[in-house]
Amino acid sequence: MSHVFGIPVAVILGQLTLGLVNGSFYAMLSLGLAVIFGLMGVVNFAHGAYYTLGAFAALLGLQYLGINYWAALLLAPLAVGLLGIVVERLLLRHLYGLDPLYGLLLTFGLALTVEGSLHQVFGASGQSYPVPSALAGVLNLHFMFLPLYRAWVILASLVVCFSTWFVIERTRLGATLRAATENAPLLQAFGVNVPLLVAATYGGGVALAALAGVLASPVVLVNSHMGTELVIVVFAVVVIGGMGSIVGAIVSGLVLGVIEGFTKVIYPEASNIVVFVIMALVLIVRPAGLFGRE
Amino acid sequence: MRAARILYALAALLALGVPWLGVYPVFMMKLLCFAMFACAYNLLLGFGRMLSFGHAAFFGSAAYATAWLVTAHRADSALAIAAGTAVAAGLGLVIGAIAIRRRGIYFAMITLALGQLVYFVCLEAPFTGGENGLQDVARGWLFGILPLRSDIVMYYLVLAAFVAVFVFIRRVVHSPFGQVLRAIRENEARAISLGYDINRYKLVAFVLSATLAGFAGSLNSLVLGFATLTGVQQSTSGEVILMTLLGGTGTFFGPAVGAALVVTLQEYLSDIVGGWVTAIIGVIFVACVLSFRRGIVGELAALRLRRAVARDPATPA
Repeated sequence: MSHVFGIPVAVILGQLTLGLVNGSFYAMLSLGLAVIFGLMGVVNFAHGAYYTLGAFAALLGLQYLGINYWAALLLAPLAVGLLGIVVERLLLRHLYGLDPLYGLLLTFGLALTVEGSLHQVFGASGQSYPVPSALAGVLNLHFMFLPLYRAWVILASLVVCFSTWFVIERTRLGATLRAATENAPLLQAFGVNVPLLVAATYGGGVALAALAGVLASPVVLVNSHMGTELVIVVFAVVVIGGMGSIVGAIVSGLVLGVIEGFTKVIYPEASNIVVFVIMALVLIVRPAGLFGRE
Repeated sequence: MRAARILYALAALLALGVPWLGVYPVFMMKLLCFAMFACAYNLLLGFGRMLSFGHAAFFGSAAYATAWLVTAHRADSALAIAAGTAVAAGLGLVIGAIAIRRRGIYFAMITLALGQLVYFVCLEAPFTGGENGLQDVARGWLFGILPLRSDIVMYYLVLAAFVAVFVFIRRVVHSPFGQVLRAIRENEARAISLGYDINRYKLVAFVLSATLAGFAGSLNSLVLGFATLTGVQQSTSGEVILMTLLGGTGTFFGPAVGAALVVTLQEYLSDIVGGWVTAIIGVIFVACVLSFRRGIVGELAALRLRRAVARDPATPA
């Protein structure tokens, strides 16, 4: 059993783990998008830009301040999350109650600003972030070799996704959040500081994207347009999964990552477009998305 | 109304006189092509309230089709333009049929994803020339009679095309079809309950917009003499949104004004600020959404209306 359809099993498994790694990023990003959209009615086009900023924060922190990977895992999301809160307070808050299209357009402008500035300052070519020494090895699973860092990314993102789900669905804070999603004015009448809650949620969702960026920095080239390409795929994932459900966002992110990895083995030319093709098929069969409600 | 007529007359005089004003003709033609593109886009966004993030797919694929017919088959320019426009129309039918299954922000995300799909296909397809694109697209002859190599002939052709597109869109918007489209924009549920098959109206609007965008793309590839990946890139979709938004969505002149501003900005700003152009465009986007959502022409019209109402409260809105 060393070959399936003439392809070495090790290659298939390697691409599958890579697919799971990508799927982890899709899951973390679509999760943040879903939470932000649920509460604020804003489709955060800048989500990819925050992911890029997370990766750059880790890289620059290492190069100029000597902040190591583990500290960056905490500090970069914190810094980017604070930036997100500033953006919400200064810009986004003026758009509540308007057509959601304006939120999409504003965050698109933000994404262009961030991407254009990073491109201008750091150039077009990517830089690589060294894999932290504790995670540099390779796991021998006897049927395959699994780079430790990939296993770590998958594990970390599963933990993060599960914690987010737990906080939103099973805690008092999450209940408040869901109440704000249902009826914000009523919640405010009960004495909850809704504007603070909204700002914190945006900051949290953005921090998730930045965390994904830090996790990604050792496996991808850190460059200014890494987030833009990703966010388009994540949008397709969100259309497939539907934005109404947190579990839907996580599951469809992971599954689509695996499918993409699989496509790289069978028909590499189509690996860039397979998610979009699946999106089109889902829309034809089930317009509301797999987990969505219209 | 008299002011509007004078404005039209001045614009017409200016447009006709451009070749003798010392403006670089290729720049003017590019500007007109993007103005056409923005007007076509506005038909969808302004009058149908459908925010497409994938319109570069139509503009760019039509440009490729035209350039490919000219370079590989030495086709007549008229045929190449017609074929490019037809490609965009077909693509518009497919993408539109999928995208109108959802509305609002989902529509935007779907068009973005499908636009990216078209981009990747163009990147990998054997006939698009990959990263280099198709170069040296000769303008050739229109119907075998008009020599398009001459910048002046080409300019008047593009100008005539722009006027035709502009008048056509005005006609469509003021037609019963356009009125139904606006009714759907204002209140979809009501339009359905009145018995309109709204999906058919939306699809027709989408295909019309895609077709005209393709027409602009075809002409643009002849003007510039090349078709590259830039045309199908997502950034081009972003640019046409900005042009429409900046000038004024749902106004007739707005998109053309916005296109003129953005193209001029890119042409002259890049000399001064270099690579900061993208970031500056992003900032303009943000400023536009925050402070003048109606766009330049839209805000001016609103200002005039407010003044008129202040003078005579009985003025009809």
